[in-house]
Amino acid sequence: MNAREEVLARLRSASVAGNPATPVVVTREYATTGQLAPGSAEVLARLDETLTDYKATVTRVATTDDVPGAVAAFLGGARTVVVPSGLPEAWLAAYDGEVRRDGPPLSVDELDAVDAVVTGAAVAIADTGTFVLASAASDQGRRAITLVPDHHVCVIRAADVVCSVPEAVTRLDPSAPLTFVSGPSATSDIELDRVEGVHGPRRLDVVLVGP
Amino acid sequence: MTAVELGMPTVAADPHGHLRGTESFPKAAHHALADTQLRRNLGHATRTIRAKRAAVVSEVDDWEELRRAGETIKADTLARLPELLVQLEEQVTARGGQVHWARDAEEANRIVVDLVRGTGADEVVKVKSMATQETGLNEALEAAGVAAFETDLAELIVQLSHDRPSHFLVPAIHRNRAEIREIFLREMPDVDPALTDEPRRLAMAARAHLRRKFLTAKVGISGVNFAVAETGTLSVVESEGNGRMCLTLPETLISVMGVEKVVPTWQDLEVFLQLLPRSSTGERMNPYTSTWTGVTPGDGPQTFHLVLLDNGRSNVLASPDGRQALHCIRCSACLNVCPVYERTGGHAYGSIYPGPIGAVLSPQLTGISGTDDVNASLPYASSLCGACFDACPVRIDIPHLLVQQRAAAVAAHTRPTGQDLTMQAMAIAMTTPGRFKLAEKALGLGRVLAGKKGRITGLPWPMSGWTNARDLPAPPAETFRQWWERTHR
Ligand code: SF4
Repeated sequence: MNAREEVLARLRSASVAGNPATPVVVTREYATTGQLAPGSAEVLARLDETLTDYKATVTRVATTDDVPGAVAAFLGGARTVVVPSGLPEAWLAAYDGEVRRDGPPLSVDELDAVDAVVTGAAVAIADTGTFVLASAASDQGRRAITLVPDHHVCVIRAADVVCSVPEAVTRLDPSAPLTFVSGPSATSDIELDRVEGVHGPRRLDVVLVGP
Repeated sequence: MTAVELGMPTVAADPHGHLRGTESFPKAAHHALADTQLRRNLGHATRTIRAKRAAVVSEVDDWEELRRAGETIKADTLARLPELLVQLEEQVTARGGQVHWARDAEEANRIVVDLVRGTGADEVVKVKSMATQETGLNEALEAAGVAAFETDLAELIVQLSHDRPSHFLVPAIHRNRAEIREIFLREMPDVDPALTDEPRRLAMAARAHLRRKFLTAKVGISGVNFAVAETGTLSVVESEGNGRMCLTLPETLISVMGVEKVVPTWQDLEVFLQLLPRSSTGERMNPYTSTWTGVTPGDGPQTFHLVLLDNGRSNVLASPDGRQALHCIRCSACLNVCPVYERTGGHAYGSIYPGPIGAVLSPQLTGISGTDDVNASLPYASSLCGACFDACPVRIDIPHLLVQQRAAAVAAHTRPTGQDLTMQAMAIAMTTPGRFKLAEKALGLGRVLAGKKGRITGLPWPMSGWTNARDLPAPPAETFRQWWERTHR
């Protein structure tokens, strides 16, 4: 018997010996909708709070017209930024440094040489201070571009902000890679206390668009 | 200095890998208890994490409902394990991944070594994975001339100091910042000699040390937190971004997972992504969770291998109660609340799975060969206070399993002792409803052993080696749990 057949055979006979007499009923009595309405002023306020709590810097703007100014302010001293191929051009209209579109894809060394990356997000979770990057979305791009540069500026639209984890998971399509980001890279490995700044971007800025 | 000079195993002789130590728990605990620095480090770290966990768990109104969902999803998964694994295999294969099956640690290592050799690479970057620690993969790679670089900060500390991991989440929990600084100064070739012990500076030193490795690595090796059968999606939950580096930049990715890590549906992640971070690092969410499905053209590794590991899990699955130990999502909450773990640390458990869950999982994975099997003593590494059950996000009834395992160890005896008989009686009592009332009876037993002075100064085999070294405070009259509450929170 090859390993596959043998492992499966062992597991099947273990199932016979160990399975409960009656089928297991999965109980899902937890909340699948959050306390705050998606896209509401309240849910944005909570997201602002939880992002800030985990050391992201947040700028609130009312409409997409204000995005270029907020992005440029965050990019301050950055000489070059990389952006996914489908990022709205207008978002960088007020930035005066060099913009490199990731198409054709930049090499890892080129990514290592840029100062920052600007992206959108697929969905954000107010309860946990998380946003999710979907590699399939043209304003978020392949995973390496948000990983190698040391500074990430993320633009989150009100329509994409939900309150709870289940609401976000329902909206996401796992067939392409996803990255859940909650604050800048951090570690709890020294005496179990959280310190920010290890291998991922050490600086995380968020432009939050909406009420 | 080589591992041999430190008296540590280099290559796991056991086909099971690192699931057995060389000494029984009481003997190993005896050494640990004599190490006051170790106890101080553990006390400080576990106190910190207990407070953080309690704070973020109290924010979640439906925590108990989430725990029940986690428990029943895992129970359902185990009841359908063969079919779910076949489904996972189909999905991963359909998305361009390759799936391999391994009966034991040795076979898993052989598969991975061959895959790495096939790429021509002579080094790999690794993100912390309990499964590859279990199999002793690093030693197998080294024997094949492949250098494995651990990239998780705590794992790096353990690797640089030729030490062994002592905790799931923070394998170097037994080291404080000053010791970490010493290790870095001694072992990192390009480290700044002015390095201080400020945690942020230490983290920066790790970043500088590993940066080139990440940017040039050809092969990444990872563990898996959850594998979704329905979609073939795998996930890794981490903090530092080292996981993202290993999962994204190399050309080839090899992920090794125990067969119990599968979950039926994508929706199930909405439960575990709430339970795991709050229980493990005491965060609302860990900094990074990555999910990927097979191979994605233009994004990340273009060759992907998934290794499914049995290594004793089918034995555990055959036990109607014992299989609960396979629900574990390795959050380490039970370690952090355990009064025994807090005093002895993780090394005393021998196996790479320490703490309350290790005490019930390791003996089941390896089986017990007789009374001289060091893993036979593990189920005694507990005061049955129940804190581990309360903390466990998937409601594994560890106290119940401990008592059962003790009964199993007793059954392997030729000459029962007083302790054995009491334990046997308790095992029977605790299989009936009203478990915690009965657990309090066990506390009564503790008081009998403690005598008038209220200190447990000696216990029959196998705890004698342990209690001789350190008087245990006897459980007070109310309950052990209340005593624990008062002294530890
Ligand atoms: S047994 Fe429960 S508490 Fe302990 S590590 Fe596993 S999931 Fe966490």
